[in-house]
Amino acid sequence: MSGSTAAPAGGDRVTAALAWLRRRLTGEYEVDEFGFDPDLAQRVFLPTLRPLYRHWFRTELIGADRLPARGPALVVANHSGTVALDALMLAVGVHDATGRHLRLLGADFVFRTPVVSELARKAGVTLACHADAERLLRSGQLVGVFPEGVKGVGKLYRDRYRLQRFGRGGFVAAALRTGSPIVPVAIVGAEEIYPRIGDIRPLARLLGIPYFPVTPAFPWLGPLGLIPLPSKWLIEIGEPIDTRERTGDADDPLLVFNLADQVLETIQQALHRLLRQRPDPFGW
Amino acid sequence: MGSGHQSAGVVVVTGVSRYLGAHVAGRLRADPRVGHVIGLDAAPPPADLAPVLDGVELVHVDLTRLTTVIDHLAAQTVVHLGVVTAPDPSAGGRAAMKEQNVIGTMRLLAACHQAPRLRKLVVRSSTAAYGASFRDPAVFTEDAEPLEVPRGGFARDILDIEGYVRGFRRRRTDVTTTVLRLAPLIGSAADTTLTRYFTQPVVPTVLGRDPRLQFIHVDDALDILHRAVVEDHPGTYNVAGAGALTLSQAIRRAGRIAVPVPEQALSAVAATARRFGRQGPAFDQLDLFVHGRVVDTGRLVTEFGVTPRTTAEAFADFLRANRGRAPLARGRVLAAERALLTVRERIRSARGTG
Repeated sequence: MSGSTAAPAGGDRVTAALAWLRRRLTGEYEVDEFGFDPDLAQRVFLPTLRPLYRHWFRTELIGADRLPARGPALVVANHSGTVALDALMLAVGVHDATGRHLRLLGADFVFRTPVVSELARKAGVTLACHADAERLLRSGQLVGVFPEGVKGVGKLYRDRYRLQRFGRGGFVAAALRTGSPIVPVAIVGAEEIYPRIGDIRPLARLLGIPYFPVTPAFPWLGPLGLIPLPSKWLIEIGEPIDTRERTGDADDPLLVFNLADQVLETIQQALHRLLRQRPDPFGW
Repeated sequence: MGSGHQSAGVVVVTGVSRYLGAHVAGRLRADPRVGHVIGLDAAPPPADLAPVLDGVELVHVDLTRLTTVIDHLAAQTVVHLGVVTAPDPSAGGRAAMKEQNVIGTMRLLAACHQAPRLRKLVVRSSTAAYGASFRDPAVFTEDAEPLEVPRGGFARDILDIEGYVRGFRRRRTDVTTTVLRLAPLIGSAADTTLTRYFTQPVVPTVLGRDPRLQFIHVDDALDILHRAVVEDHPGTYNVAGAGALTLSQAIRRAGRIAVPVPEQALSAVAATARRFGRQGPAFDQLDLFVHGRVVDTGRLVTEFGVTPRTTAEAFADFLRANRGRAPLARGRVLAAERALLTVRERIRSARGTG
């Protein structure tokens, strides 16, 4: 369905906005089999997040040229910040540097939660499972994964920048099986946005979420406590790890664990280095 | 692998009093590779399907009371399409549907087991076989196992049916068994719960959920069922149009208005409808509208050598035949857009002159 038939002429912003609105209202856009809506991502999600990335967190992207311009790759990053804003900021950084959409893998509670699940799917997120990760990689996508998962985002402020265990290393197996390079990424800054000092367990259980965070501002200041602190962010893209020659290693648990540890170690060292570059978490 | 253009001999088709069964039987009747076509159903076909069944021998039997008829008919091929997808309140509701699907299939397969001349079995299954869970992958391949037992009656029946077919496969390794997992049928001629849903002016959806849907065009489904009989394609296949539409997108393309309703309210209505055996939003629909369902069709495309119309194309064909009462039809949206631009032009020129 092309939206151009009998569309009113004119090249200005109002005309373009109205034409876009008409296309949205009549369903004339494409969604892929994962539910990713590139038109919505490009015109709504990314423009909404970009001011946060550029002006609120003053994010610096280091080594963007190491991101592959085409073909599959598995981008592996550390996870933190109580709310998974780091994943969204990484997606903005990757998109603006390469023009490619980072297809994130999310925990199942994301898909259990109404509204959130649908926003996630439209933004290109899918469930962190072998089938989806490998399908995306086989179709040549750039896939983003946070192997620490909920343990990483939900850790306490005193544990900041200490990487948690990398799950069962499933992400490594997915990369090996599809021969996709693994790109380690270190993110500094997300740990300070909602410094979590506690947890209200009964409330978390009631709401069906992994934890109910307590920060110096939340829930005491109400909605004000939801504003992330304006920390300074550094995102460093590491040297890609080639896996093309190692496709057979995917079924050897020991080799998988070793490679997962190697990725973890690389990211941990990069974090230490970046923290020295950024002595003041809230500086410019 | 798919070739084997030998005669399919005597073909028995179940469920010929319904659209899919009648049309498959009719197509097979017209195919010179097929010897003789016998249609089984408990009820006589409705008047509109009778011409389609011209030349097909009709045998009125209730599948749930079937004994040795398959061998008596000298069947070499059985095509099992007598699977009911939604309860019919005028024909016994959900209880009758389950009887027909589960007991009917069990009896039919028992009869097939006792038929030494049988060479081929083709069973209509559904993509509902993958169940509905939040831990499901986005795209199901044929080897995916259901993680949670679905709430919907039809989906539960499908799990039972596939279980019986697995048992049959193990015991009768000499029979080429093909299981076709069909996505919801759509097209200009389809009349299902889902197509009726999309022709209402205002359609209920689940609040906070926008599932991915997939369809198979009826004509493509008929072609694939036909090929499964006259060619040899042992195994289980997803039968769907590639790609997906989200429910909101499909509603917008249809020019309908979505009314989001909390899931709890819809479950309560579905539970009441089930208890009183009335037609209404069933749990099958609810599961689909919460979880969505998209399957991989790579195996079908390579093994059958056919590429069905994509989900978007199949849906567009359905819309061409069912424009009906669309409150937000594309023409109206375009007219509103033009009106807004005209108003702006007028304001501009008024400012320019004044």
